[in-house]
Amino acid sequence: MPVNISDKRETASHELPATPLDPSVRAARDEKIQIAMIALCGCWGCTLSFLDMDENLLRLLDKVNITRSSLTDIKRIPHRCAIGFVEGGVASEENIEILEHYRKNCDILISAGACAVWGGVPAMRNVVPLEACFREAYLDGPTAEPGVQPVIPYHPDIPRITTRVYPCHEVVKMDYFIPGCPPDGAAIFQVLDDLVNGREVALPGTINHYD
Amino acid sequence: MSIDISIDGQVYKARDGATLVDVAAENGVYIPSLCYVRGKPGLGTCRTCSVRVNGKVMTACTVPVADGMDVEVSEPGMAEMRKMLVELLFSEGNHNCPSCEKSGRCELQSLGYELGMMVSRFPYRFPVRTREHAAKQIWLERDRCIFCQRCVKFVRNLETGQKIFSIDHRGSRASIEIDVSLADKMPPEQVREAAHLCPVGCIVEKGVGYNKPIGQRRFEIKSIRERALERKCR
Repeated sequence: MPVNISDKRETASHELPATPLDPSVRAARDEKIQIAMIALCGCWGCTLSFLDMDENLLRLLDKVNITRSSLTDIKRIPHRCAIGFVEGGVASEENIEILEHYRKNCDILISAGACAVWGGVPAMRNVVPLEACFREAYLDGPTAEPGVQPVIPYHPDIPRITTRVYPCHEVVKMDYFIPGCPPDGAAIFQVLDDLVNGREVALPGTINHYD
Repeated sequence: MSIDISIDGQVYKARDGATLVDVAAENGVYIPSLCYVRGKPGLGTCRTCSVRVNGKVMTACTVPVADGMDVEVSEPGMAEMRKMLVELLFSEGNHNCPSCEKSGRCELQSLGYELGMMVSRFPYRFPVRTREHAAKQIWLERDRCIFCQRCVKFVRNLETGQKIFSIDHRGSRASIEIDVSLADKMPPEQVREAAHLCPVGCIVEKGVGYNKPIGQRRFEIKSIRERALERKCR
C-alpha cells in the first residue's frame, strides 16, 4: 500500500509501511489476552524484572500478547487491552497524559514497583522545592559543564515537570499493586498468572518486598 | 492465680494480670505489635496490636488479662484495622525502603509484609523533616520516626537514668530529638542497642551499615511473627 507522507511534518512509526503478519499468526495473537506496558518516571528496572520471569514468561506468552511496550518496541496501544502494566510514578505532564490514556484503554491497571506504588526513588525530591532540584541538577551541580553558561532546559517540546512525584493511584484508579524496587520476577509472574487464569490475585508475603 | 480467657472463641489458661499480647503469643496466637518490647512495660503508642476486648477496641500490649475476658484477634474487621494502622504509619513518614539502611531489619517493614500491605490507602504525606547529625555516634533520620517512644522510655543515661531521646511538639509538627551531650556519653554497646531497639531506621549508628547481605537480614531469616511466637525476650 503506497503511503504518502510528504504533506505531513511528522510521521509516527505505526504509520510507516510494515510487512503484513501471516493471517494465522495474527488470528492466534488476537485471541490472546492483550497486555500493554509502560514506564513512567522510573528506571525500567521493573520491566527488566518482567524479563526475570525467565521460562515463566513463555508460559505467560501462551496466553497473552504484549502490545505496546519497550520490549516489543510498539509505541502505541493498537486496540483495547485487558491489562496495563505500569512502572514508574507520575513526575511530568506527559506522565499524566500517558497514564490517563492507559486508564481509558485498559480494563485493569497494575502499579508495578515502588515508583508506581508510592513514588519511589524519584519521590525523594518531594521534600525539596522543585526550584532547588533544578538548580542542583542544571546550575550548581557537580556535573554542570565548566565554561558553559548553565541553563534550566525549557522548551514547549519538553514535558513540564510536576512540583512533586505522585503515585499512579493518586492520578487514576489503579487496580493492583506489586511493591518492590524492583519486584521479583516471581512476584510479577504470580500477579499476572492469577489475572490471566481468572484467579483472585494473591501475592504471598514470601515474595513480597518493598526494597 | 490461673484464670481463663477466650481468644477467638478458644479458651486458654493464663496468669492473672499478665499482658494480653504475651499471653496470646505464649498460646501460639500472634497479635502484631510494633512499639511493644517483651519484658518491658507496654507503651500503647503505635496501636498496631489493637484487638477487641469484651467488645471494646484496646491495645493488647497495655491490657492485663482478667478472668472471663473475651478477646477477638482475627475477626476480619480487627485485622483490617491493624493493617490500616500500619498503612497509616507508612504514609505518615518517608519510608523509602529501597534507600534505607534498616531495610530487612525493620519491624515496620516486616509488619507490612506480615499483614500483606501492598500500598497505603492513605495519601503519602512526604513530610519535610531535618536530619540530626550532631551526636558523635548516632544519626537521627527523622523522616522514619513513627513516634513509638521506645527510645524515649528505654534508652537512658546509665549513671543518672536521664532520658536521652525525647519528642518535641505534637501532631504533624512532632519531632524526635536527641540530647547530644548525653548521647555522646553512651558506650558503643548502648548505641548499638538503641539502634536495634528502634523499630524503624530512625536511630542509625554512625560508621556501620548495609553490613548484612540481602537474604541474610534479620527478618529474612525469621519473620516478625515467628520471633513474636518464640515466647522469649527479643
